[in-house]
Order: sequence, then structure tokens, then C-alpha cells
Amino acid sequence: MDFGVLLSDLPTLVVVIVGVPIVLAAYIVGGEFVVRRLPDKNRPQVRPWIWVGPAIFLVAAILFIPAIFTVIQSFQDNHGNFVGLQNYANQLADFPSGGAWIAIRNNIIIWLIFYTLFVLAFGLALAVLFDRVSYETVVKSLIFMPMAISSVALGVIWKFMFWYQPPGSPQTGTLNAIVTSLHHEPVAWLQDQWPNGLAVLNNLALIGAATWGITGFAMVILSAALKGIPGELLEAARVDGAGELTVFRRVIFPLMMPTIVVVGTTLVIFALKAFDVVYVMTNGNYNTDVLAFRMYNLLYLSHNPAGASAVAIILLIAVVPVLIFNLRQFRAVEARR
Amino acid sequence: MQSSSLIRALTVAMAAVFTAVACGTSSTGNAGSIKILAAWSGQEQASFFAVLKPWEDKTGIKVNYEYSRDLDALLTTRVGAGNPPDLTAAPSPTTLTNFAKQGKVIALDDKIDIASLKSNYAQSWIDLGTINGKLYQTYSWVAVKGLIWYDPKNFQAKSYNVPSNWQSLLDLQTTIKASGVTPWCIALESGSASGWPGSDWLKEIVLSQSGPAVYDGWVAGTQKWTSPEIKSAFTTWGQVLGPNDSNVYGGKQFMLATNFGDGGTHMFDNPPKCYMHNQASFITTFFTSAVPSLQPVTDFNFFPLPDITAQYAGAHVVAGDSWSMFRDTPQARSLMNYLITADAQAIWVKRGGKISPNKQTPLDAYPDALTKESAQILVATKIAKYDATDQMPADMRAAAWKAVLDFVGDQSKLDSILKTLDGVQATAYK
Repeated sequence: MDFGVLLSDLPTLVVVIVGVPIVLAAYIVGGEFVVRRLPDKNRPQVRPWIWVGPAIFLVAAILFIPAIFTVIQSFQDNHGNFVGLQNYANQLADFPSGGAWIAIRNNIIIWLIFYTLFVLAFGLALAVLFDRVSYETVVKSLIFMPMAISSVALGVIWKFMFWYQPPGSPQTGTLNAIVTSLHHEPVAWLQDQWPNGLAVLNNLALIGAATWGITGFAMVILSAALKGIPGELLEAARVDGAGELTVFRRVIFPLMMPTIVVVGTTLVIFALKAFDVVYVMTNGNYNTDVLAFRMYNLLYLSHNPAGASAVAIILLIAVVPVLIFNLRQFRAVEARR
Repeated sequence: MQSSSLIRALTVAMAAVFTAVACGTSSTGNAGSIKILAAWSGQEQASFFAVLKPWEDKTGIKVNYEYSRDLDALLTTRVGAGNPPDLTAAPSPTTLTNFAKQGKVIALDDKIDIASLKSNYAQSWIDLGTINGKLYQTYSWVAVKGLIWYDPKNFQAKSYNVPSNWQSLLDLQTTIKASGVTPWCIALESGSASGWPGSDWLKEIVLSQSGPAVYDGWVAGTQKWTSPEIKSAFTTWGQVLGPNDSNVYGGKQFMLATNFGDGGTHMFDNPPKCYMHNQASFITTFFTSAVPSLQPVTDFNFFPLPDITAQYAGAHVVAGDSWSMFRDTPQARSLMNYLITADAQAIWVKRGGKISPNKQTPLDAYPDALTKESAQILVATKIAKYDATDQMPADMRAAAWKAVLDFVGDQSKLDSILKTLDGVQATAYK
């Protein structure tokens, strides 16, 4: 790397290395100094705000205020004139294949259902099964490893896995090598809009790649929840004559439910903001577009910030119920402790 | 003890930073540096660096080069953040046209050597870089599109003749298909620009079939996609592709799944998987890097896409990388002036794959008979038109590329595809 770039802007470098810690230290020391001057009974009311202040400022400056601007922009055209719901009308025009409908369908139906289910199912199965073997740590580390791969690299790897060569040529893609060895024609996994142009196959191919990357995350959390179940409970169930499947169904699963729900809702949010795998592997072509990628294209390629804002708000509206549910669930889990 | 060793470590780190800072500042020369953003990587990047070398040696200016295949998005972000590169070389003028209209690009009229540009370039290249009477873009390397590549040895083995008119091209593909081999290799995958090689076919057909007036109207957004002329271009290309893309090696799956640079190389398989491949003059670099033993003329050669309508004979689509300036620095001016010279352009021309628009570039500079011939075609072209989709607004261009993918996927959906394009056309030009 060329560190000369860092040195080309010395004042900024000095500000970042020296200035930021000084300002933070001054804020904390100064805040505490002010709090100490206050009468005793007021201190507990003021002190939390001093500490939480910088975080609130950052959230407001880089999340809340821009979100408000995005909402405003979604009701304007690209020259700042108020146009009402026109941007939304453009995005929601020509159901079922026009506007943003393909992206909405892919996000809210295919990605949301299959991605969440696949990851939960694999994560849970792996967590429960590996719990019973002596080499658990080793396998779990292996399954967790794809988490360390950047999503772009993941997309490139899977693009090679899905590589297509016409029938008769050597199949360099792993999946097509397997498929052709079973005497089946090679499949263009990422381009084939099976069945009948509905594009379920290629969307599932993308979801498969994304699932591979995130399963380790679900497995580790679910595994931790599994370890939290007291051994006596399982033992008692077994003593009472419950088979292993019944133990899982009637004891383990209900006790893990809160964790499964929290992991599930987190995955739903991941599914709704899917971007990188689509960007790398299909570029949203062949009916694999998703909302986040559509927003990116409208903003950067079409120079249509108003349309991009409308898509962003549609995405936000889709995420809000999940967020609310997730927060409630967190609170319920807290309350149970 | 612990805290004092921490403080010591911090002190050492700070000292190291400041020493580095001191060294850094003292070692930077006075000549300065320049930031360039382009889309060239790999072999093309090496060629570009070879072009820069003499200029860097002479001026002592340091080049910071950055490339991205997603140049449009990167440039939009950088310009939006107030941190544009000094110069960019964009594969299409569309992005830069947008920025020029927003006043983000610097007009070059009083910044570079206009007199030398005017005396050495055909007026059409200067017009192409001019927006509202001001020059914003210059061209250093260009390519002729609509060249049909073939392997002369394969043609000879089957005694196929190079077709001289459109009908004989169609006859040839029927003959090849009857022998049990697909006539064409076509590959459309190209990241966020997937579909463009197919849009090249359409442009060439529109220009050669319906003439420059229709072509210009199509570029300007006044010629509807559903009009008989444009629809006819699609159906004519459909004849080349054959029913259900059966004239193309691997059919639609291969076309959609294969990168544009890898498509043509199957002509050189043994036995050949296809006999013809339509691509601009730059494709030779991809041939020789895939199969290094290939020799121009004997192993691969080209003929121009045959004229469709006699009235518009000798019409060709051309394209090139356009340079523009986002920051007016002495270094940027110096490099812009260097890049329009025949000396600079000849360096890449000699390395193959590019044609120079500068009239002073000697024909001897072309490394082989083929590039020389395509350079002569460029000079001799009767009706030269710049790449249509690359002049359309970004929305329209993206929709056109996507339409190519949809058309290849299912040719029977043409009418609904064209209707969608009309819808985009109605809003994209505002």
C-alpha cells in the first residue's frame, strides 16, 4: 500500500490521531466536572445523558436526520419540486413485472422465507447434532469459517461453483460437474429462470450462496442457547421414557424458542437488506433484483435520487414491523430472566 | 508499571508516526502527482502504464492510478463527496455528459492545446466531446465495432467464403448449421454492463439497415423502440440467433453465463464450436491471452459486418474511451495535452488492440496487418456513427442492455420488451 496518500493530508491525520481522543477526554472530564457541581438529587438525572449524549448525537447525525431527508426527497422530483406520491407510483407501477415489483417479490417472498428458513434449519440441525460429538469445536470452527469471508469474495467463489459450460464441454463449475456426472444436462444456475420465467431457481442459487456464508453465525448462537439448557431437564425427560426426538421436540425446541425467534428476526432483516451477493453474482439481471440493489442502481447509475429514496422508504416500511417485533422479543427475553 | 509501559509504547508509536510524516514530506518531489480513474485492468492497465512512462520520466509527476469496472458508481460517489479524481477515462461518454451538464467537469477549451487537437483530429471526434458549444472530452484510443472475427483455417477447411452481402451471411450460417456446428459464438456477461455486446449487434443493424437519420433519432430518444425500424433490427438479429438461439454455441445459457471476452475463443477449439464472432477491434487481446499461440491473419481475421441496405453501404459504428478533467491542475493539463499526441497514442497502438484517432499516428505503428486494416476502415468509413447506447441517458442504456438479455432469453417476448423500452424512453430523456 502507498502510505503517501495518508501523508498528503497532514492536518487531517493529526486531527484524527491527536484531536479526537483529546476532545473525547475533555468531554468526559468536563461533563463529570459539571455533574459534580450539581446538587446530589439531580445528579442521577443528568449523568446518563452526559454519557449517552455522543451516541445520540451520532445516531441523529448519521441515521435519523438523513432518514428524514430521505422521506422528504421521496416526495420530490430530482429538482426538489414536490410531486406527492409520484415516485412511489413509478416504483409500484405495472404489477407484477414493472417498477420495483420484481425486487419486492424477491425480497419479501423468496429471500425472506427461504433465506431465513434455510439458515435457521441448517443452524439448528448443526448445533443440535454437533452437540453430541467429541470433535464439536473443530467442526463448529469449520462451519463458522465462511463468516470470515467478505461477501464479495463469497459471491466470486460461488460464481465459480455455479459456472456453466455447454453440454459436451468439460464442466469447470463444481455443481455442474456433479449434475453432469449424474447424466443430467448442465444447468445455468444463475441465469435459468426456472420454472417458466418465474426465476425461482436462480434466486435460490443466490440464497444458497448467502446461506453458506451466514449459517455459522446462526449455529454458534443457537449452540450457545442449547448449552444453556440444564442437563437435569434432559435427563429427567429421558428417565421418564422420552425418546431423543421427543426430547428435542418437547424439551429442547421450546426452551430454545426465544433464541430461535431472535436469530430468525435478525435473519429476516439480513434478507431484506440483501445486496452484495446479488451485485456480484447476477447484477440483478434475470429477475433476481432486490430492493437494496435497485436503490443503488437508481441512485448511482440512473442518477435518480428521488426514485432511490422511494425505494429506500419502501424497504424501511418492510423492515419496521420486523424491527418492532424484534424489540418486543428482546424485551420478553429480558423480562423472563 | 503496566500504565507506564503503555505510555512508553504510545510515545514510541507517536514518534514513529511523526518521523514517517517528516520523511514523507521531504521525499515528495516538487513535480506533484495526479489521480487517474479508469476502467482498464490487467493487460490494458499495463499498456496504459507504458503510455504514461515517458511522460512520468520527463515531468517527474507521480501517477496514482485507480480502476473500477463499476466506474459510473464510483465516480458518482467521488464527485458527490467532493473528492473526484483529477482525470478519468470512461468507457462511455454518458456518465461524463451528466457531470458536464451539472458543471462538475471542467471545460477544456482554454485548458489544453486546442490548435493541435483541431489539426490532428477529425471534426467528428471533437464534436463528440462537445456539449453546449464547449469541449469536455477528448479521445485517445478508439475501436471500430461490427467486425466479424473468424478463423481462416477453419473457413478454408470447409471451403466457406467470406460473405460479401447480408444474404450470403445468412446463407453461410445456414450451411454451417447444416453441417452440425453452431455458426456463432456470442457472450453477453459483463458485470453491471451485461448485455452490451448484443446491443452492439442492434446498433450496427439499425445503422446499416435503416440509415443514419433513424440512428440519430434513436440516440436522441425521438425514434420509438416500438417503431418498425428498431423492431426490425431486433428481428434481424433474431434471424442471426436462430429460433430459440439455436445458431449460437451453447444457446442462451452460454450467451448469458459467459463473459464477453471468453465467448470468441471457442472458435479456436478443436474441433471448432463456432465459426464467427462479432466484436470490436479490441477483442484480439482476449484471443491471444486465451490462446497465446494464435497469430493474426493466419489464425484469426475479420470481415466487416456486411451491408444490409445498399443505400447505407460503408456505415460503421465506432467507440472509444473518453478523457475528461475534474480538477484543473498543471499536472492534469500536462497529461491531457500528452494524451492527445500521436506519440502517446502510438505506444498503446503498438501493443495492440487499439486504434488512434490522431491523424499523425503512422500506419506503421499498428503491430499487425489486422489492426492496420481496422484503422484503415475507420479512416475510410463513409458513415461513422458513435456507439448509440453509450450516448443515451444512463437509464435508457441500462434498459437497452437488459432488453438484450430478455430478448435472448425469450425472443417471442419482443413486443413487450420494446414496450417497456418505450416507457423508459419517455422518462429517461427529461
